[in-house]
Amino acid sequence: MNLVKRVLAKILWLGIVLLGITLLSFWIIHLAPGSPTDMQTTLSPTAGAEARERLEKIYGLDQPIHIQYLNWVKRVALLDFGQSLSGDHRPVWDKIRERIPLTLSLNIISLVLILGISIPIGIFSALYQGGWFDRSMTIFVFIGFAMPSFWLALLLMMAFGIYWPVFPISGVTSLDFEYLSFWGKTADLVRHLALPIFVFTITGLAGMSRFMRTSMLEVLRQDYILTAKAKGLPVRVVVFKHGLRNALMPVITILGLSLPTLIGGSVIVESIFSLPGLGQLFYQSVLARDYPLIMGNLVLVSVLTLAGNLLADLGYALADPRIRLGAGRQ
Amino acid sequence: MLYRFLKKVFSSRYILLSLGLFIVGTMSLAAIFAPLIAPYDPTQINVDAILQPPSAAYILGTDNLGRDVFSRMIYGARISLWVGFVAVGISLSIGILLGLIAGYFGRFIDEVIMRFVDVMLCFPSFFLILAVIAFLEPSLTNIMIVIGLTSWMGVARLVRAETLTLREREFVHAARLSGAGTFRLLLVHILPNAMPPVLVAATLGIAAAILTESALSFLGLGVQPPIPSWGNILMEGKDVMGIAYWLSIFPGLSILITVLGYNLLGESIRDLLDPRLKQN
Repeated sequence: MNLVKRVLAKILWLGIVLLGITLLSFWIIHLAPGSPTDMQTTLSPTAGAEARERLEKIYGLDQPIHIQYLNWVKRVALLDFGQSLSGDHRPVWDKIRERIPLTLSLNIISLVLILGISIPIGIFSALYQGGWFDRSMTIFVFIGFAMPSFWLALLLMMAFGIYWPVFPISGVTSLDFEYLSFWGKTADLVRHLALPIFVFTITGLAGMSRFMRTSMLEVLRQDYILTAKAKGLPVRVVVFKHGLRNALMPVITILGLSLPTLIGGSVIVESIFSLPGLGQLFYQSVLARDYPLIMGNLVLVSVLTLAGNLLADLGYALADPRIRLGAGRQ
Repeated sequence: MLYRFLKKVFSSRYILLSLGLFIVGTMSLAAIFAPLIAPYDPTQINVDAILQPPSAAYILGTDNLGRDVFSRMIYGARISLWVGFVAVGISLSIGILLGLIAGYFGRFIDEVIMRFVDVMLCFPSFFLILAVIAFLEPSLTNIMIVIGLTSWMGVARLVRAETLTLREREFVHAARLSGAGTFRLLLVHILPNAMPPVLVAATLGIAAAILTESALSFLGLGVQPPIPSWGNILMEGKDVMGIAYWLSIFPGLSILITVLGYNLLGESIRDLLDPRLKQN
């Protein structure tokens, strides 16, 4: 019952948020001054009022605003975001689709690294609170919070691209990529993606390790930890079984919440390192004022974020026996 | 040596607060008295002194138009702080207003406002800001407004949570029974008591706004040249990174230090306000 109720409430929430996302995006489109047909009519000396009316009819701009919104939502639901305004006039969805894998894998690899490094940091900082490790990590966290990711990327490019050239500083593959062996290809990819992934990881590390430390400190203060210690359980069991399992719970939630920041960071990192991912595509579309492409990207990343939030919520429900077993007890 | 230094630094309770205040104070003074401090006109082009390395005449060198980097950075501090304060002012106004309304009236209004917060949180804010900038013009005013409009959600949640507990407290009931109107209750009795966490959020918000502005300017979508900002000096420096390191190092360092200062200040205020942490 408990679980069913939770899922139903979540689905309702999902519907409302999706509605909100589309409404807000639709509103942003209408921020642009003038009408989308201006390019072909007012600004063109040969086109008259008649041509304008005809175009508005084709694009449905003569319809009332709520009908326009419904039509737009219908097309978006079918992943039809229209055509790019750039020279190639390709459908927006095609341009976006080919770029999803790179951005998604960059984000996932970085996320795994962030978790793999920050969880041990958080545990040890909390266990030896106030010790030299905890203090140096505190300094690291404060600097990490304040570090502009684009500046870190610039510094790395300067250091490892120009003054001590060991890493390539742009693109995903070398020119001779086609002719390399399997291992050669792998090494080439790793060399190209090392710096971008490093930037992603460092910028996410500060927040996550701080959060893990706070969560672990909170848990270690609880009575059940005292009980476990008093029972004479080994420290290892107390820390990792009683402590860590509970301390990890809030981390699942914060993972979902940190997703937008991570995805937002790909705009900067991908444009600096010239990686052909979603972030770079979005940056280019903003520079070129390619409105259909901008909207397609915006809707896609917000839906991706929503999906991430839902996954985090589901993960939390599965990890917490009070929620997971709630159904059986009733 | 380093260990002993760090131990000393961290054992004093207010050292982080003083460090934060010192950084924020210095940067603010530099911004306010920019015309007095800057040795050169920040927009003065000098073709005889292009890309000069740091020297006695130009402390931090010159850029590709022969402009003095130090002077540009001093004026850049003005832009950064201005953007930080105005953007946070906007986000505080929206966040406090919506938070108070949601927390005090509850039920349907609360539900609507909080779902709106959920929606806003689903947009990666950097994408949202860039999208809006693409439809408007990138200018100082626009980026301040856009940053403010996309960063109020945290404040709204904070104020709502505070209001929810405060509205049930005895002194609020007492004030209501003595005939205080809703408006008076919210502004005089509830808001001041909800302010401490908001103050912390505001300080951290300034840091975040400065970071966002510099990233936007670095991408060429924020403060437009010739107005100097730390972000656009870095953008111009990127192309000559190999021959003019000073254009890529110093503006970034000042962003780092300023943001660090506001973060230290915010975190110290939080620690001072949190009675639970005092025991440690």
